Amino acid sequence: MNSLDNLRAVMRRDRVFDFMLQTTGLEVDLSHGTILYLEDISVSFDGFRAINDLNLYIDAGELRCIIGPNGAGKTTMMDIITGKTRPDKGSAHFGQNINLLQLSEPEIAQAGIGRKFQKPTVFEYHTVFENLELSMAGERRIWPTLTAQLDGAQRQHIDEVLEIIALQAHRDRNAGALSHGQKQWLEIGMLLMQNPKLLLVDEPVAGMTHQEMERTAELLTALAGDHTVVVVEHDMDFIRSIARKVTVLHQGSVLAEGSMDEVQNDPRVVEVYLGGNCSLGGHQTPSLAPQRHRGHRG
Amino acid sequence: MGLLKLLQQDRGGQVFLGLLALAAVLVPLLNQLLPESHALHLSTYTVTLLGKYLAFALLAIAVDLAWGYLGILSLGHGAFFALGGYAMGMYLMRQIGERGVYGDPVLPDFMVFLNWDALPWFWYGFDMFWFAALMVMLAPGLLAFVFGWLAFRSRVTGVYLSIMTQALTYALMLAFFRNEMGFGGNNGLTDFKELLGFDLQADSTRIGLFVVTALMLALGYIVCRAIVQSRLGRVAVAVRDAEDRTRFVGYRVEHVKLAIFTFSAVLAGIAGALYVPQVGIINPGEFSPLNSIEIVIWVAVGGRGTLYGAAAGALMVNYGKTYLTGALPEVWLFALGALFVLVTILLPRGLIGLMKRRGATS
Repeated sequence: MNSLDNLRAVMRRDRVFDFMLQTTGLEVDLSHGTILYLEDISVSFDGFRAINDLNLYIDAGELRCIIGPNGAGKTTMMDIITGKTRPDKGSAHFGQNINLLQLSEPEIAQAGIGRKFQKPTVFEYHTVFENLELSMAGERRIWPTLTAQLDGAQRQHIDEVLEIIALQAHRDRNAGALSHGQKQWLEIGMLLMQNPKLLLVDEPVAGMTHQEMERTAELLTALAGDHTVVVVEHDMDFIRSIARKVTVLHQGSVLAEGSMDEVQNDPRVVEVYLGGNCSLGGHQTPSLAPQRHRGHRG
Repeated sequence: MGLLKLLQQDRGGQVFLGLLALAAVLVPLLNQLLPESHALHLSTYTVTLLGKYLAFALLAIAVDLAWGYLGILSLGHGAFFALGGYAMGMYLMRQIGERGVYGDPVLPDFMVFLNWDALPWFWYGFDMFWFAALMVMLAPGLLAFVFGWLAFRSRVTGVYLSIMTQALTYALMLAFFRNEMGFGGNNGLTDFKELLGFDLQADSTRIGLFVVTALMLALGYIVCRAIVQSRLGRVAVAVRDAEDRTRFVGYRVEHVKLAIFTFSAVLAGIAGALYVPQVGIINPGEFSPLNSIEIVIWVAVGGRGTLYGAAAGALMVNYGKTYLTGALPEVWLFALGALFVLVTILLPRGLIGLMKRRGATS
């Protein structure tokens, strides 16, 4: 019966076969103003449901903050968007036309989704300059990469990004020799070089001083508009300084969504945070040290 | 012009290529011009021995390209080396012609001995040098491509990949030991007469082989250096240090690995083809896992991730091997093991790393 249905689908003359549709190398279509659609996504690891019927929509040009207690599924969600983890069910689309579940990690990166890891990950044995060079948007195939030479405009672009992330002085140092905060910025700079439409930024201010944090907040807010930025962070002061819209994840699905004040006063959110080991630090409570939260799957 | 630019930053490479050029000129001169009684006279035996070391140095560079820059610890590069050697050996066998013990114009001796009446299909074409030269590169290249494609696509990495490469060379060794395979069984291929019309026993041919090996080593070094200096080389190091990051930056890690691993295998095959006419034999023992591990030790001793360090390590360890297996044969394997342990503990960057550190502190 099933094969007969498949055959009938092939007989129809008003549609293109699925396998003929182009899946890679598409330009993202943002005509409806939404850049990311996550619908009914579930994924479990060894019986533990990390993501549970998650529905999330991100508008193009938005700066969205995602918070939630440990184990809420924040990092897993990013893994799904970037192709590292495949969901058990549900759908994930980038713009109107790109089905993320059909693409590999490099294809997703080339389609325009950039990611900063929770733990800053840079190429330690390359100089800061080379880190940015390797991340530069453009050709990724083997032979062109072998023969690639930087031209003047590209060098200039790299120098501009170096200035934005304030690492001009460290241009020719190995990235491994940078401080934690500088590595975080270098990784943000690498994201900028990729020129993605959507930036997924996982804990950008962990290990940063207050001044560095302020600069990062400025940078991320400046990026929103041209780019879409999704920030996962634990530091509530930081969230408050940049947030326009906040999504609270809990046990793998969306618990609440709205402005920081709305979310903070939502009784369900308060209960989740008070019940867990995190506090939704208000103005009077200083934010928790971010170090406490590192090394888990958020 | 491009070459000068390539070597400008590469002090070690300049020294290495300079010494190699010196050896390529001096060794033939010391052999030919000085009388045998002279203290500095090099016997033809020594010239061939040095030629063999240079072939090993090329092999070490191939391993260093994969291990030092791409992070793939191959414990099976001996297989690619041996395949290149077999391709050359098959050509040399077909050149024997009627001069074999059984005098068959087409069939090599071992086939006559096994009562075969026709040449197996995979021996066709090996009477032509260009075809054999192509196979020297194609056979190891194809094997590495297929193996790499399967392994890298399934994201097998680290020690698991090393074990698989080890299994690969072991499986090939067992296969080549079988007479039915048609590669001479455990005797391998030997009793070669001439190469491109030159008598392999003649001094001039041996000197010629030494010079050609030196040239190929220099060429191999320069090509590897060019790859390492290119953006692809930087991507390779990025894959070595942070594979996931490289993927999320948009590079297809599998393709990068496959390209460089395959090139490394081709280089190993060429080294094997240069080795066989100089030693005069190729047998399945070359596939033995121990050989592949020895190559890794050469690279570790010299210092990985520098290319010239690998070559230097190959020359030094092999000189030590020749000396020790002559003077105290039973000690060699223990010495090799001890060397590996000592280098791993005391000199993680090898002798080149030690020299660089000395240079930095003084």
